Amino acid sequence: MARARWKDKAVKVLLTGSASTAILIVALIFLFLGNEAVPFIKSPGLGELIGGRWMPVSFQKESFGLLPLITGSLLVTFLATVIAIPFGVVGAVYISEIAGRFEREFFKPFIELLAGIPSVVIGFFGLVVLSPIVKSVFGLYSGLTALTGALLLALMAIPTIISISEDAINSVPKSYKEASEALGASRLQTIWKVTVPAALSGIVAAVMLGMGRVIGETMAVMMVTGNAAVITASPFRSVRTMTATIAAEMGEVPFGSDHYRALFWVGLVLLSMTFILVLISHRVLKRYQDRQ
Amino acid sequence: MKLPKGLGSIVGAVALFALMSISLPFMDTANAAAKYVTIKGSDTMVHLVSTWAEDFMDNHEGADISVTGGGSGTGIAAMLNGTTDICAASRQMKEQEMAMAEQKKITPVRYVVARDGIAVVVNPENPVSTLTIEQLGKIFTGAYTNWNQVGGPDKPIIVLSRESSSGTYVFFQEHVLGKKDYTTDARLMPATSAIIQATGEDAWAIGYVGLGYAVKAGDKVKMLAVKADDKAPAVVPSEETVISGEYSIARPLQMYTNGEATGTIKEFIDFCLSPTGQKIVRETGYVPVPAGK
Repeated sequence: MARARWKDKAVKVLLTGSASTAILIVALIFLFLGNEAVPFIKSPGLGELIGGRWMPVSFQKESFGLLPLITGSLLVTFLATVIAIPFGVVGAVYISEIAGRFEREFFKPFIELLAGIPSVVIGFFGLVVLSPIVKSVFGLYSGLTALTGALLLALMAIPTIISISEDAINSVPKSYKEASEALGASRLQTIWKVTVPAALSGIVAAVMLGMGRVIGETMAVMMVTGNAAVITASPFRSVRTMTATIAAEMGEVPFGSDHYRALFWVGLVLLSMTFILVLISHRVLKRYQDRQ
Repeated sequence: MKLPKGLGSIVGAVALFALMSISLPFMDTANAAAKYVTIKGSDTMVHLVSTWAEDFMDNHEGADISVTGGGSGTGIAAMLNGTTDICAASRQMKEQEMAMAEQKKITPVRYVVARDGIAVVVNPENPVSTLTIEQLGKIFTGAYTNWNQVGGPDKPIIVLSRESSSGTYVFFQEHVLGKKDYTTDARLMPATSAIIQATGEDAWAIGYVGLGYAVKAGDKVKMLAVKADDKAPAVVPSEETVISGEYSIARPLQMYTNGEATGTIKEFIDFCLSPTGQKIVRETGYVPVPAGK
């Protein structure tokens, strides 16, 4: 008896320990980023970060305004999400509700394969194939735009959205559908009025996870967005995302310089944004779960 | 008598270690001390110099060459402090540095080991084929935004540049932009190949790449002839015009040693200047220097 209780305790400690490791790691990452970023407050000052000009290598005056990078990331993420949602959700509905068994067996591995393609390969595809298409379809002078980046990122988010949404739709109790059909609703009505609303919390979670992948993605966007640090809301202009900035500049930056510190601020802002995204998705999920 | 299990291996290890520490100093004087060479300096040249070093070490048994970057300034400072045998520099030493060398009784000897030419490329469809340095400066700083300002059609200029971490970015900024900032509208490409790709694709783009890459790209892009000023002749970049100095967006890449090179250091520099060494120069995208100079 006593021995069993001791075992219980040991297992509990072990589980609590492993669960808190994740918290500890996140805290340490924040701490490390902060530690490298903080000296920036003293010498160039925080006001420098609010500027609208990112020009870290200059013979005149270095500028470390984060606004173009933040708006760049937001624009690309927003566009990618808007593009990915219809494809992801409709795709998931089709696979779980409409497709026959054979079709399902055929589609699912391909979607999973899409999720496994390395982002460099997708980026290269974007540079060589997609960007000329975007250029000619929209009559632009260059295919290196925010939209091209968003299309690639949508391509990367869709598999995530489909597979998680599909799980959510599948887990809707069969009795809901049977009840709906018994009341004389057609198959389409059942899907849109009963099944999808019932699975909404899972679908929202899927979209949020997709967004998480999009905002943190680096290589593909770096290759196709052109990386010009301008503040714009136009999908047809070039933008510079936070991830691309860190990836492109961190390798050669003099250790301990203002530029180095500024890059850590970029990382801090990026991490905070993902953090907030996750918090919001938790809230949303909870609200839907409560309602059910 | 039996030794405990662990002890045997400990004794063995200690004996081996003692043996090694006795033999190491001998090996040092016999081989390494004479053939250990350190090279420090230019980040632009790191790839070239380490390719040379690898090839050299393959063919010279016992030679050990360590190559580090850090920038030309760092390399020159290291040579003045006597912490490196060879300094690789993508610029010549400045007057202050020469004065400091004199103070420290160091006589830097300069070897031009390669040249670096930077070609300005546009799409083959672009009718503009000649620009002055001043016009290029205005295009890349954003003062000119339309091709009709430099005698072309009424089309916007798509400016392509390397990322700010690139040595070429800084060189171009210093020598063509007159140290002014690039336009924020410039698209910063992660690699030279991306600039070639985009220039080949976008009819109104303009970018700059190392001469070797531009030549390799063939018909995909068109190299612009560059005039140093209004009156100067337009010069198309090529190995010949870079070597002769007629093409103005070019620089010598050099190595400095303290006093005339001797021993392995001399062997290495001779190797760099040899036909094999100069073949590597061409392969890594730079311009060879003529033999005997």
